[in-house]
Amino acid sequence: MAEERRQKQCSVSLPTESMKAMAESVGVGQLQEESCVALSEEVSYRIKEIAQDALKFMHHGKRRKLTTSDIDNALKLKNVEPLYGFQSQEFIPFRFASGGGRELHFYEEKEVDLSDIINTPLPRVPLDVSLKAHWLSIEGVQPSIPENPPPASKEQQKAESTEPLKVVKPGQEEKGAIQGKGQSTPAPDNKGKEKGLIRLKPRSTHELSVEQQLYYKEITEACVGSCEAKRAEALQSIATDPGLYQMLPRFSTFISEGVRVNVVQNNLALLIYLMRMVKALMDNPTLYLEKYLHELIPAVVTCIVSKQLCLRPDVDNHWALRDFAARLMAQSCKTFSTTTNNIQSRITKTLTKSLLDDKTQWTTRYGSIAGLAELGPDVIKTLILPRLTVEGARIKAVMEGPVVSNIDKIGAEHVQSLLLKHCASVIAKIRPQPDIAEQYRTDYGYLGPMLCSHVMKARTQAALQAQQVNRTTLTITQPRSTLSVSQSGLSGSGGPRTPSIIKVPSSLTLMSPRPGTPSQPSPPATKYIVMGTSSGAASTQQVITLSSSQSASPVTSTVPSATSTLQPLVKLEPGGGPGLTASRPLQKYIVVSLPSSASSLESKSSVLPTSISSAPVDGGIKLERSESPAASTQSPH
Amino acid sequence: MAAVQGGMVDAKDEADIKTEPASDGFGNNHANDSRLLSESPGSSAAAGNSKPAAGAPEDQQTLLAVLQFLRKNKLSESAEILRREAGLPEEVLDPKGADSAGSGLGGSADVDGGDASALLSRVTVPAPGGAKAPTKAGEDQPDVNVVLSAYSQQGDPALYQVYYNGLKKFIESVLDCHRAELSQVFYPLFVHMYLELVYNNHESEAKAFFERFSGDQECYYEDDLRILSGLTKKEHMRGNETLLDFRTSKFVLRISRDSYQLLKRHLQERQNNQIWNIIQEHLYIDIFDGMPRSKSQIDAMSGSLAGEAKREANKAKVYYGLLKEPEIELPLDDEDEEAENEEGKPKKKKPKKDSAGSKSKKQDPNAPSQTRIPLPELKDSDKLDKIMYMKESTKRIRLGPDNLPSICFYTFLNAYQGLTAVDVTDDSSLIAGGFADSTVRVWSVTPKKLRKVKTAADLNLIDKESDDVLERIMDDKTASESKCLYGHTGPVYGISFSPDRNYLLSSSEDGSVRLWSLLTFTCLVGYKGHNYPVWDTQFSPYGYYFVSGGHDRVARLWATDHHQPLRIFAGHLADVTCSRFHPNANYVATGSSDRAIRLWDVLTGNCVRILTGHKGPVHALAFSPNGKFLASGATDGRVLLWDIGHGLMVGELKGHTDTIYSLRFSRDGEILASGSMDNTVRLWDATKAFDDLETDDFTAATGHIHLQDNSQELLLGTYMTKSTPVIHLHFTRRNLLLAAGAYNP
Repeated sequence: MAEERRQKQCSVSLPTESMKAMAESVGVGQLQEESCVALSEEVSYRIKEIAQDALKFMHHGKRRKLTTSDIDNALKLKNVEPLYGFQSQEFIPFRFASGGGRELHFYEEKEVDLSDIINTPLPRVPLDVSLKAHWLSIEGVQPSIPENPPPASKEQQKAESTEPLKVVKPGQEEKGAIQGKGQSTPAPDNKGKEKGLIRLKPRSTHELSVEQQLYYKEITEACVGSCEAKRAEALQSIATDPGLYQMLPRFSTFISEGVRVNVVQNNLALLIYLMRMVKALMDNPTLYLEKYLHELIPAVVTCIVSKQLCLRPDVDNHWALRDFAARLMAQSCKTFSTTTNNIQSRITKTLTKSLLDDKTQWTTRYGSIAGLAELGPDVIKTLILPRLTVEGARIKAVMEGPVVSNIDKIGAEHVQSLLLKHCASVIAKIRPQPDIAEQYRTDYGYLGPMLCSHVMKARTQAALQAQQVNRTTLTITQPRSTLSVSQSGLSGSGGPRTPSIIKVPSSLTLMSPRPGTPSQPSPPATKYIVMGTSSGAASTQQVITLSSSQSASPVTSTVPSATSTLQPLVKLEPGGGPGLTASRPLQKYIVVSLPSSASSLESKSSVLPTSISSAPVDGGIKLERSESPAASTQSPH
Repeated sequence: MAAVQGGMVDAKDEADIKTEPASDGFGNNHANDSRLLSESPGSSAAAGNSKPAAGAPEDQQTLLAVLQFLRKNKLSESAEILRREAGLPEEVLDPKGADSAGSGLGGSADVDGGDASALLSRVTVPAPGGAKAPTKAGEDQPDVNVVLSAYSQQGDPALYQVYYNGLKKFIESVLDCHRAELSQVFYPLFVHMYLELVYNNHESEAKAFFERFSGDQECYYEDDLRILSGLTKKEHMRGNETLLDFRTSKFVLRISRDSYQLLKRHLQERQNNQIWNIIQEHLYIDIFDGMPRSKSQIDAMSGSLAGEAKREANKAKVYYGLLKEPEIELPLDDEDEEAENEEGKPKKKKPKKDSAGSKSKKQDPNAPSQTRIPLPELKDSDKLDKIMYMKESTKRIRLGPDNLPSICFYTFLNAYQGLTAVDVTDDSSLIAGGFADSTVRVWSVTPKKLRKVKTAADLNLIDKESDDVLERIMDDKTASESKCLYGHTGPVYGISFSPDRNYLLSSSEDGSVRLWSLLTFTCLVGYKGHNYPVWDTQFSPYGYYFVSGGHDRVARLWATDHHQPLRIFAGHLADVTCSRFHPNANYVATGSSDRAIRLWDVLTGNCVRILTGHKGPVHALAFSPNGKFLASGATDGRVLLWDIGHGLMVGELKGHTDTIYSLRFSRDGEILASGSMDNTVRLWDATKAFDDLETDDFTAATGHIHLQDNSQELLLGTYMTKSTPVIHLHFTRRNLLLAAGAYNP
């Protein structure tokens, strides 16, 4: 390898075209080819020389990165005047241009207006150098404090969990010796037994110091407590603290036990909090979660497909939890699925099975579809699209048939919107252009016409976005626990969408004070108000504010609803601020500022019958709610 | 382009300048001695005549050369002074002065034989002048053109590959025991053949030659090969200092007699004159009798820019013992008493302590005489400090493999990649940082804040007779935890506190070394001499003297009250990257980018040890507290241990993965701590590393040691920081390890 590199070094020199281009830039028109060659050799040599000297300065500056000041100093050594005006920026982007058969790499030199510089407010004064002392080691033992790196790196954790025998060298040797012996002795039983004995994993200890125990207590209390600010802090700590390795088993047990208990008690809020903990754990770059997936995945799957997750299925927004958990599931599939554990295929199988089952509840059905859909467009294409007709028929039976129960109705509606949301973008990509409602109906059944309009919308959206490539887009890295809102807006974005990142296109103004034409960029903070259709006075709404800052998690606050009758899920109030007037019974989360879509929405929602959930139905559902986390039985490990 | 050439001319001038003080360093013993003496206040004149100056004919010759040089550069006054000081007759100068006075500074070739120029050329021998045999010295010419013209001999360029390949085949076919030894000639031969091709304008042949054979060279020469690969034209050779060095200094190989005979016979049989000429002219083959060395033995010692050290180079006697500690009249108190009274020393214990002291402090046979180097006299404050030191050392923790030190890490926050140097005072009360933005900052790490001395007007008002006058002169209004020192105009690369904590030295990219007062927090002196960046500086353990080393390839010894250097240690072939005083202040060790370490005698200015074995620029050096051993760390991530008395490598500590920037022995020498760019502090069992030595007569005589690969056993601990390179280490007097570095997010 070194050889190859060295041989390359020998031949590297600037191309003669560059010489020509540089000569032209200083006004020398015709440069002989020979002089170009001579120049390029000379210049290459000098550049190498200067780079070598600059390296010296980097070494003495105790840095790993060569800076422009190093090059300035190297030039000074050679008595060459350094280049003025360069700030050692992190990165100077090179631009590329070609034309007239020539290719050029250059970086943009913008003309700087001095008055602009003078008038810009001074940047904040950087913090002064300060000295901080900590114990790196106490009598040979490194204390685990935040100033020190985590005791076990991620690679180490991985090595420990995947190849426990490699860590213990003596064990390995023993194994080899025994294999040799096994060949000579004819007793296979004996050999197997011995092997089994040796294969025992070395016991890893997870001793917690008093500080760690206190920390664990504080964190878990804050995570499931009532104070939202504290919870945000605790989650932040879980997501960033590098020293949690020792506590990981406790957290994992805490989550899995928590889900088990709260599913039975239908405590939606707690389930959400626990899922947010899972999310935070997964966000922590120093943790290697693979060891604990056997506890975490069942918990997450439970939150996706459980028949009932809340006390009042007709009112509470358990759909958001399912969406969120589905996204978590997809993320962990992406991160942890390997050929040996097959997480993704096992999850897919489980979800498909419940989807194919006729007797599946609408809630579980929603969950399995959401779970599958999050796994990517390929999964949608192969597993969901073929089912569209069947699901359409089922939805039609509920929607247009005799009124069975409000809960079924809501469930069917959610499944419908979910299918439309996920399938439209996929269909838009795989289906050729003319979108004819009739054709869609023959292909996809009951959902056909609606799909058709969604696909059309998706296409226009895509076209719009293609035009507005350079517009600022609002990127939110948080999982959108309630972002089923952007049903149509997203369909335009090309490529498989990563589950945790959504780009809200600028044309999509959600609940903005002004109605806004599609071309107007959205305001930095957008409010979503999410509630369930409620009959009871005690129902709660979740107001989720997505701010433009990427790191901020959506602040979920619960607002007690004042009205007793039907609640609008999302208030669409052009012109005014977000208020809570119960003017129109909207059944959807979709708030799109496109005038056409808004009107269609209105018309659609007015068509939909808005029945009030009745007590008996409620009770009926309570009777048949899932008694245990059903999905956990099918979980891996 | 013009500017670049200007730079080259400058470099040449610099080279000329270098020669003057260099000769001054090793030639003019007598003059230097008297100079050293006169500077150190109070020390007797006894040391002055310790070495007869004009005795040896060799010295005389050197002196003549210096005089010649001075005349040539029209420095007649200096020449006159030198002549008088050396006690030479006046006519020495006159006859020869006439013919060389005409040639100016320009440095054009005036090498037409002649007594004067022959002498002149001797002076420029960069290697330890005194140690070199005088016969070879004449061959090295001072002028660039002359140096290069040695390549002008023509051979068929097309045959170079054939020659080289033939030799390669031959060496591959010889017996195993000789193969490793003979393989050593590949690299220097390769370089010289390549340069010959380039010099004679056979560009394409040179390129082909390089491409074909560069892959065969040892991996540790990669940096040099990179420089070589860029060099494809004759014109490039003029300014390239590395190449010039390769030419002027012979590459040293150590080969056993048997192997050498084999090679010689082969080359003579084949009439392979091209290669034979190169070996004759450009290589120095140090032939020894006995067993050929093994591959690992050779690899351990090679890697330096100029090959291994010649055996003679390391033959000089080094007084590595420690100086006798001065008797301090105030004996130590017992623990219970020391807390109460500092002043009233109990008289009854005095005799007992004295006897104990004199017993333990018998003169070490390996120690230099107390007055070999004039040292400043102890002041009262120094004595107090010594007493504090002794008290602290009674509380020192005994370290060992089972008793590792605690490490306290000082992290510099918000340094924005700018921290370039750190130092801590011996009593661990102050910590100083040098920064890339040219500032030096001093922090107090004790509750005692940093205060300035009052202004002159205020000082007048103070009662000078009072007991606490030292306290009264301080201005409480200026108390703060840190102070910033402004003055340099480039990044500060080296920093060092004086032992008495009154001064601070800093060396910078701007070519100057500055002395700062820690009483007034102002700059006292700017020492100018290095024209190029000064990479490192350090105070002597007894104060007063300090050493600096920089890009101009020389290390200089200074005294704080002289604006010019007392000694110039010239000999390294590349930048002097670090410099350290021996604990007895009689020697200075320097590490360099030429991957060698040299030990210099402060008294004579001679190079007394050349230690090769590192495969990258040396960035850290540390003497063991007993003065016997030296540890060095380089960019190759290895720590090498050296026995100074024998000039032998005695250990290799592998483990770091990046440049080692700091090394430090614990106060008793049991533990070696190393800090690196790879964000770790590692602790090594130094006692075991030095105890395991088998120093029988043979290894001592030939220098062929077998290094066991026992790094893993010697490694006692590895402590990762959180993305903070460790650039300084310091053991407190109680053996607590302090480490420092800048957080680098």
